[in-house]
Amino acid sequence: MTSRYLDMEISTSPHLGRGLSVPIIMRNVVYALLPIIGVAVYTFGLSVFFLVFTTLVTCLMAERFICLWTRKPSTIGDYSAAITGILLGLTLPPGFPLWMAALGSVIAMALGKALFGGLGFNPFNPALVGRAFLQAAFPTAITTWSDAFQADRFTTFINTTLTLPFMKAIPDTVSGATALAAMKFDHKLADTYDLFIGNISGSAGETCALVILLGGGYLALRKMLDWRIPVGIFLSVLLVSGLFWWMDPKNPPPLFMLFSGGLMLGAVFMATDMVTSPVTPVGAWIYSGIIGVLVVFIRLFGGLPEGVMYAILLGNAATPLINLMTQPKVYGSVKGGKKD
Amino acid sequence: MSLKTFAHGIHPRENKEITALKPIRRFPFPPYFVLLLSQHAGKPAKPIVREGQEVRRGELIAVANGFVSVPIHSPATGVVKKVGTSLDFNGKMAPAIIIIPYPGSLQQVECWQSRDIDHMTPKEIIQGVQDMGMVGLGGAAFPTHVKLTPPKGKTIETLIINGCECEPYLTSDHRVMLEQSDDIMMGIRLLLKGVMAQRAVIAIEANKPDAIELMKKCSEGEKQISVAVFQTKYPQGAEKMLTRALMKKDIPSGGLPADIGCVISNVATVAEIGRLLPRGQGLIERVVTISGRGVQRPGNYFIPIGTPLDFILDQVGLEGRAHQVIFGGPMMGKGVAFLETPITKGISGIVVMADAEHKSRQKIYPCIKCAECVNSCPIHLNPSTLGLLARKDEFDQMAEDFHLFDCFECGCCSYVCPSHIPLVQYFRLAKEAVRKKRSAA
Repeated sequence: MTSRYLDMEISTSPHLGRGLSVPIIMRNVVYALLPIIGVAVYTFGLSVFFLVFTTLVTCLMAERFICLWTRKPSTIGDYSAAITGILLGLTLPPGFPLWMAALGSVIAMALGKALFGGLGFNPFNPALVGRAFLQAAFPTAITTWSDAFQADRFTTFINTTLTLPFMKAIPDTVSGATALAAMKFDHKLADTYDLFIGNISGSAGETCALVILLGGGYLALRKMLDWRIPVGIFLSVLLVSGLFWWMDPKNPPPLFMLFSGGLMLGAVFMATDMVTSPVTPVGAWIYSGIIGVLVVFIRLFGGLPEGVMYAILLGNAATPLINLMTQPKVYGSVKGGKKD
Repeated sequence: MSLKTFAHGIHPRENKEITALKPIRRFPFPPYFVLLLSQHAGKPAKPIVREGQEVRRGELIAVANGFVSVPIHSPATGVVKKVGTSLDFNGKMAPAIIIIPYPGSLQQVECWQSRDIDHMTPKEIIQGVQDMGMVGLGGAAFPTHVKLTPPKGKTIETLIINGCECEPYLTSDHRVMLEQSDDIMMGIRLLLKGVMAQRAVIAIEANKPDAIELMKKCSEGEKQISVAVFQTKYPQGAEKMLTRALMKKDIPSGGLPADIGCVISNVATVAEIGRLLPRGQGLIERVVTISGRGVQRPGNYFIPIGTPLDFILDQVGLEGRAHQVIFGGPMMGKGVAFLETPITKGISGIVVMADAEHKSRQKIYPCIKCAECVNSCPIHLNPSTLGLLARKDEFDQMAEDFHLFDCFECGCCSYVCPSHIPLVQYFRLAKEAVRKKRSAA
């Protein structure tokens, strides 16, 4: 009739949206990770800054390159590659050689994510795939630790950081053992308070439980993180390790288990990866329970001091099955009744 | 006081303040009326007028064609111009009667026959409801008398009067409760008698405190009538959510409210029954909320059925460019494709979206399995998995393993999805595909 009607939009309901989008969620995860990076740099110095920078930039470049290669629109804008990069960097030892970190980043993006179809289709957490590769390829480098709060940490690199590609990293000083390694091999127990605030050696971003919990709390309050998963993992670790501690006090106490190693970072930021965790609330409890049990068993009975990575990867593997088994009970479905 | 509610659901911005305080106003007659013969669920009505015939306001112009059908009455005194077809809101041709009102014809109803409601039998009441052309005014436009006739062997105990109005923007039911409380009470009394129910419950969301207070006051001293207050949450007004929140009972999958002894009727429907049945008049006008930022004079209007939409928009004025026009609320309403389409009995609101408030075409991301849809679906389906299956055209598996047909298309999943996946839209297509396949087999 008149021109005012010409460019009207026609669509089916609903005609409203919540105004939330994938990039907004992912960006908030990055915000929650920033303080952790800050604390990590403060604790371990220059090397960690360049370590996280390397993994971040390599992951972004790998994502962009894969998009170009497969002739797909760029997916850097959804911030998911940035999260993978930051998380991978934070799980590595502070003095980890940068060239290895870059290689791990490429593996994470290519084999962990792009191979399965990109965001939303990866069965495993890409950062953990990258780390699992590094653990297998460079077992020495990934278990070479440096002490926290070294005096010259802001002026000099940890000497292994700048190892040339395909060269072995040789630490020049006797490195500090992580709390878990000390407990496992030397039966020395770290102070829980030190663990909580991060006054220990360990992976770059895994030492300070406090700042990890704050970041997780922020995301949970904004409903961008399923609180059931970290809570479930914490409870299950406390319960299972408490049981072992009660049977034999030589085993580490539950609180030590909770705050040591990569458990905090893993439970709050890796196990909660939406893509690789179950969608049903019941499923989330089962999933987190499985991870907690696996963590304790690998730590106490496995050859490795730390088991969070493999526990989460195994939890990821179980996710499709958990989803199938925990389909919600549909409204109005009558037990043994008619089915249309 | 704890409010009744159900699990899951969403809290969209209500935007009801635009029209909630605006009293219902009458609307002028348009230059012509288009009365679609199929403006209710069921068979289209059969026209009984011919072209050139003079009709009076309230006169029967089409009769019900069978049980699941209702008659149609003339909204104005004038001349039948055409008995043929016209475009409906979808832009499809549909059978219709077009009436030109006489210039200066009055809004006085000229055809009616008052009834002695005190001596009507239940059967007569239900027949009376059909004769007045009554359908569900909440949006479904399902013939009311069919609802009031429970299947053989089922008895109705509870009559739920639905005044939840959980759709954003819409305030017509709210205004009806405030301004037509006597009609509502009369309607409830008639329906209680008609379906031989024990009690009637008026269901209202907590965001309408004035309506709650007035309804409570009106039902004082009425032993059978009570008021129940619900949490403000979408889709509280859906039948399935009402029975769960009110009585902790589920309507069985594929069943009717009558299966658990309920009949649910919209409050505006009950008000019109209470107003029209004693006078023996037909349904020729209804309360419509006209809202949205695209409208200059939003409000609640008493609009004759058959008024063309472009006439209505001219009267209320458009604010710049209308981005989208919706019949009903923005969550479940229908996008209008053709502006000369008329108001039908089932339209409770007209929402004109301006650019700013509209969910414009957003980039679709892959499903990240955030589970927002799973945690908002009021039926407790798994929209995430259903959506992935829909993309792969696995429609049969959706229906068989994932309860596709229990979805009543409330749209919560699409609303919350951060990947902007058109989930409920996929499910509509999937249902259609499965239906076609089943009817072919």
